[in-house]
Amino acid sequence: MRHHLILRVITKILAGTIMLFAFYVQFHGDYSPGGGFQAGVILAVAFILYGLVFSVETVQQVMPPWLVHRTMALGLLLYAGTGVFSLLTGYNFLDYTALAPHQPEHGQELGILLVEGGVGITVTAVMLSIYYAFVGRTPVIGDEEW
Amino acid sequence: MAIGLAAVRTRSLFALVMLSGGFSLISAALFVTLDAVDVAFTEAAVGAGVSTVLMLGTLALTSRYERPPVHRPWLPLFVVTVTGAALIYGTLDMPNFGDANAPAMLHVMPEYLAREPHEIGVPNIVTAILASYRGYDTLGETAVVFTAGIGVVALLATLARRRRRRDGEEEES
Amino acid sequence: MQGVSWEYLVGHANYWLFVTLMMTGLYIVVARGNFVKKIIGLNIFQSAVIMLYISMGKVEGGTAPIFPLDGEIDPAITYTNPLPHVLMLTAIVVGIATTSLALALIVRIREEYGTIEEQDIWEAEQEISARERRQYGEVFGEAGK
Repeated sequence: MRHHLILRVITKILAGTIMLFAFYVQFHGDYSPGGGFQAGVILAVAFILYGLVFSVETVQQVMPPWLVHRTMALGLLLYAGTGVFSLLTGYNFLDYTALAPHQPEHGQELGILLVEGGVGITVTAVMLSIYYAFVGRTPVIGDEEW
Repeated sequence: MAIGLAAVRTRSLFALVMLSGGFSLISAALFVTLDAVDVAFTEAAVGAGVSTVLMLGTLALTSRYERPPVHRPWLPLFVVTVTGAALIYGTLDMPNFGDANAPAMLHVMPEYLAREPHEIGVPNIVTAILASYRGYDTLGETAVVFTAGIGVVALLATLARRRRRRDGEEEES
Repeated sequence: MQGVSWEYLVGHANYWLFVTLMMTGLYIVVARGNFVKKIIGLNIFQSAVIMLYISMGKVEGGTAPIFPLDGEIDPAITYTNPLPHVLMLTAIVVGIATTSLALALIVRIREEYGTIEEQDIWEAEQEISARERRQYGEVFGEAGK
């Protein structure tokens, strides 16, 4: 898409904004609609948009596939690790009181933050790796075919 | 509804994918009117954004047009009508739309609403239930997403790498 | 129409609408041979189920289930049931993940068979099994079939 000047400029502006919005959705999910699932998808969309307008190689310089594949597991580990941590400290599995035994409410909020973070990381990485997988075998489509 | 019907008719898969994107957007608007803002958010991001991109990626890898069907539509139509009639029969003793005394409203939900503020203290109840009360569920869902991701990578990415390696060997020999 | 009130009809119209939508999806899945189209039909089916659940959670006069920031909860406000929202939210994301798995399978099928039409694949399978029968038939004692 070398010729689409407007698309390229707009994408450069938008990609950052979308990422910012994704983080807002991620961390403000306690107070307004949103959370890990949505934030993960939105963050992945920022990368995918960039990859669509420029090239996949450009995106893969920022997020190489091996890194994406590892973060995919990292998110799930973060989630399950939170549960195992509370298990090891003598509470029920995924009982967030364990994170701050003297102030259960803080423990809950911290737990939700961690868990949503885990969800967000996993969803982002999965969406990105799916996108890489599809694009990795797509023959390059010329501009005139659209 | 109209989009659903149009989706049955059209043969151009490209138009079909665009239709399904629009369908997602409209259903997101519907979710907002039903007070499900979180769900609407997800649907708009997922349905209208990511899934359209993925579908287009698939189309680029496969073909863009569908062949006209070879079978007569009567048997599927019959099956669908019978199933639909059975489902509608099942809805006959459902509570009315928006009924505050429906069974679904009386059992767990007041419990959550009453206990959430002083147990968790997070204003968005959906987040609280998602991450805390139903943490097991969400862990499972995350695991499913993770597994699906691994599946796609296993199906597509590794083979591409192997093929590239094979091409490289052929060039060397 | 004796015995069936107007309220009952209006109160159930949403279920019937979603059932119709669901059946549209099912029809696409059953009647169409193209795999991508089947997947889209499946998606419509899934959306209909999601809408059904969300509409069950709706309370008349209710609002979105988010408490005010200062934590002072007005007991007069009724909130919509948040439980279906949670379930459907995860269902959407899981849905897209599984859909992409299906699409990946379609891509592999296309690479293997060169088509994504059910009928063509069936014919190709028939041909392969016929060839194998010719090839190995003598060994298994059903010569020349």
